[in-house]
Amino acid sequence: MTAILALQLTLIVPLCGALLIALCGRWPNLREAVTLSTAGLLFYLVIQVFGAVERGGDEAAALYVELWQILPGLHIALHSEPLSILFALVASGLWIVTSVYSIGYMRANQEKRQTQFYVCFAVAIFGAMGVAFAANLLTLFLFYEILTLSTYPLVAHKGDDKARAGARTYLGILLATSIGLFLPAMMWTYFVAGTLDFRPGGILDGNIGGIGATILLLMFMFGIGKAALIPVHRWLPAAMVAPTPVSALLHAVAVVKAGVFTIAKVVIYIFGLDFLVDVPHEVVAVYIAGFTIVVASILALRQTNIKRMLAYSTVSQLSYIVLAVLVLTPLSEIGAIVHIVAHAVAKITLFFAAGAIYIASKKTEINQLDGIGFRMPITMGAFAIAALSMIGVPPTGGFVSKWYMIAGAFQIDSYFVLIVLTLSTGLNAAYFLPIIFRAYFRKESVAPPKPHGEAPLPMVGAICVTALLTLLVFFLNGPLVAFEMAVLGVPR
Amino acid sequence: MLSHLPILQVIVPLLAAPACLLLDRARAAWLFACMASLVSVVISGLLVFQVHQFGVLSYSLGGWDAPWGIEYRIDLLSAYVLLIVSGIGALMILAANTAIRIEIPPERQPLFYVLYLLCLAGLLGIVATGDIFNVFVFLEISSLATYALIAQGQDRRALWAAYQYLIVGTIGATFILIGIGFLYSLTGTLNMQDLSNRLPQLENSATAFTAFAFLMVGVCLKLALFPLHLWLPNAYAYAPSIVTAFLAATATKVAVYLLIRFHFSVFGVGFAASVLPLHSIFLALGLAGVFVASLVAIQQPNVKRLFAYSSVAQIGYMIIGIGIGSATGLQATLLHLFNHALMKGALFLALAAVVFRFGSADIRHFAGLGQRMPWTMAVIVIGGLSLIGVPGTVGFISKWYLVLAAFERDWWPLIIAVLLGSLLAVIYIWRLVEVAYFWKGEDEVCREAPLSLLIPTAILALANIYFGIDTRLPVYLSDSAAQMLFGVSP
Repeated sequence: MTAILALQLTLIVPLCGALLIALCGRWPNLREAVTLSTAGLLFYLVIQVFGAVERGGDEAAALYVELWQILPGLHIALHSEPLSILFALVASGLWIVTSVYSIGYMRANQEKRQTQFYVCFAVAIFGAMGVAFAANLLTLFLFYEILTLSTYPLVAHKGDDKARAGARTYLGILLATSIGLFLPAMMWTYFVAGTLDFRPGGILDGNIGGIGATILLLMFMFGIGKAALIPVHRWLPAAMVAPTPVSALLHAVAVVKAGVFTIAKVVIYIFGLDFLVDVPHEVVAVYIAGFTIVVASILALRQTNIKRMLAYSTVSQLSYIVLAVLVLTPLSEIGAIVHIVAHAVAKITLFFAAGAIYIASKKTEINQLDGIGFRMPITMGAFAIAALSMIGVPPTGGFVSKWYMIAGAFQIDSYFVLIVLTLSTGLNAAYFLPIIFRAYFRKESVAPPKPHGEAPLPMVGAICVTALLTLLVFFLNGPLVAFEMAVLGVPR
Repeated sequence: MLSHLPILQVIVPLLAAPACLLLDRARAAWLFACMASLVSVVISGLLVFQVHQFGVLSYSLGGWDAPWGIEYRIDLLSAYVLLIVSGIGALMILAANTAIRIEIPPERQPLFYVLYLLCLAGLLGIVATGDIFNVFVFLEISSLATYALIAQGQDRRALWAAYQYLIVGTIGATFILIGIGFLYSLTGTLNMQDLSNRLPQLENSATAFTAFAFLMVGVCLKLALFPLHLWLPNAYAYAPSIVTAFLAATATKVAVYLLIRFHFSVFGVGFAASVLPLHSIFLALGLAGVFVASLVAIQQPNVKRLFAYSSVAQIGYMIIGIGIGSATGLQATLLHLFNHALMKGALFLALAAVVFRFGSADIRHFAGLGQRMPWTMAVIVIGGLSLIGVPGTVGFISKWYLVLAAFERDWWPLIIAVLLGSLLAVIYIWRLVEVAYFWKGEDEVCREAPLSLLIPTAILALANIYFGIDTRLPVYLSDSAAQMLFGVSP
């Protein structure tokens, strides 16, 4: 199979998968088989594209396909480069794991409307693939909106008042920011630059000057609401009303990473690092990201619900990536890219664990977790590994990304960034370590009505896989970093 | 046969109307009206093709040549508008059978089809003819039919709304007639082609300016330009839903066409600019229309009224396009003519489905509608996104060209104003979405609208997306038409 065909199929496969899942709704086993095989096939396709990018040369350069011309100069087009392939790999790879997990979760919990759930999930992955492989800002925007709209039914899945209220905040903030700020910013970009293509070195250099560029940058940062900078972060905790597999894959990986991925794309391929350094007051953006990191960590500290705490932790961790992107040194960019992967695998593990605890014991609050480590040793072990990655302790992926971020901050002697990173590491430890302590070193205060062990097998298996991946990011960071160097124009 | 298409376009619905009266049975009349409208869509499609192939079509009525007889003249602009009007007209009549079932009593239903076809014939006639007195005649045919159609509404206030429109519409038509009279006394001809040849030599004549002013004000009354829009919200809110859908998607479009025809073809682009700051007036009124009407729309409790005000705002965008005074600006207006017909057609038809189930389009009926009428609400969401101008819908295309035109002139404040206007649309669409998806509905038993209503609605909604992605047809037609209007009379 040629890579270019594989690239197009990455969009077609999840869409056809969604259709098939809808058709197989009456036979749950067949439906789940379709989900799993679609996920597997998609991952295989992304690997094919990855292979072509990896080999480099002409084949990688030719990975561009124009699907449609809307207006002269406005295309729907796909391409692939190291950054996008990384996001696609993470999203499609974790989709397989999450599918296994959700089969366990949805069945154990006897959720209603499971077919709708799996269909929307597949459409959301379609959106994520489109975001990953978009060759220009317009294509990216279209898929970004598809991702928003397709995840709305998932957030509102429960259908009660709480779910509706959460879904309202979710849809309201994501749509308002994208239409109110992202879209005008995109039009502005086109009118000054004459193109929306992602190009190495950016397209804005010399086309927009002074304070205008600063405003444009801020419009992008807040317009891309999926990156959840304060004050447009509220949709993320609100989205926690969704079933846990949704929170795990979409609100720890696909949706939020689509946000920071878009910001990274805009900074690297629209503004260009060299140009952005000269933009006046661009450091304001760094301060906003730093502020978000610290404030969201403090908010996470005050949460009592496990999933809400994880959501605030995600807000904070996303801003790590935004901050690192905006530090604008080569090492910090690498830190940002590695953190996309490291945070994805660690946070999905944490959500999986939270979901497993809920299924096994119906516990949702942090203060109920006393002694749970003895009942669910595997789940809590994975939780501990992932929590250490959040804090940035070796041997986990979080350490690698933090290492590069700190190194990047030293390259420009930014004490602000260093202080933020130190402070938030302390805060992360302050809200994760007590949970581990509770789980292993406290006795159960009240015995559960029914004694329970681990969650169903598919869920435990999924948790083990992602926890293992968290460790693998640490041990295999060399090839990852080398591959991503190409984003910065460094020849391999 | 093919050479008679320009007149057939008008004569088919015009003759079908009395035939409907003779049929006197609602179902038979409906089938007959459907056939007539489908034939006129085919004719307009063929006309577009012919104009594209052979250039401007000129047809002499009864074999009498132009200065003496009435000339029908189809250029790209008229072919384009004919296609919009007949296409929407046919889609609406497909849905009409179901939509009027609860709004119009059975004995009056055949009459409805008669009026509908007369209105359609009048609108098509205005666009097809090349003679300004003929324009007036068709304008009256369509207007009179419209007044009667609006008066069919089940609410008693429909009578009052129709009466209000009758007064304002008659004033508008009279203004147009006065303008035509002045032009005839000045030039001795009623043929548009002759007028455009003779008027440049009379550039400094006060009579010409008076005629121009009367024509402009008269047409602006018909197209409901702010602040002459006051008749429109009532008329749209109280008319039967299918009539609202039809009028919103066609009548104002034809009025905009007329404005463009008079302004660009008959008088020429330079005429107005030489004495009046017409373009600045258009810009100011268009912007005022966008903001005032959108702000009023946000507060409306009746959704039909809400979208009526939104129509006034959208007309504002079309007028802004003309006011920019460049070929790109005009192209934006022409595109929005097409696109707005699609979005408002879809929206009002979806409202017709809501009215069909609930008896009114009050916003309280929308509570929980997302679960109870999922397809209808999906159409409203698509239409709403299009109204806002989200990429992937037609609304984006027209906004894009409008902003592009403003950008070519370096008018940044205008760009910002247009984008702010879109944000106002976000607010009133969001209000609907919020009620429909996030409020709990009352426990009324309610099902999705019948398929006969849903299918035409879905076609329009899909057209909103299709033409937002495959833009070749409207962009080509509007581009050529705008080039022609600026090329003929620079």
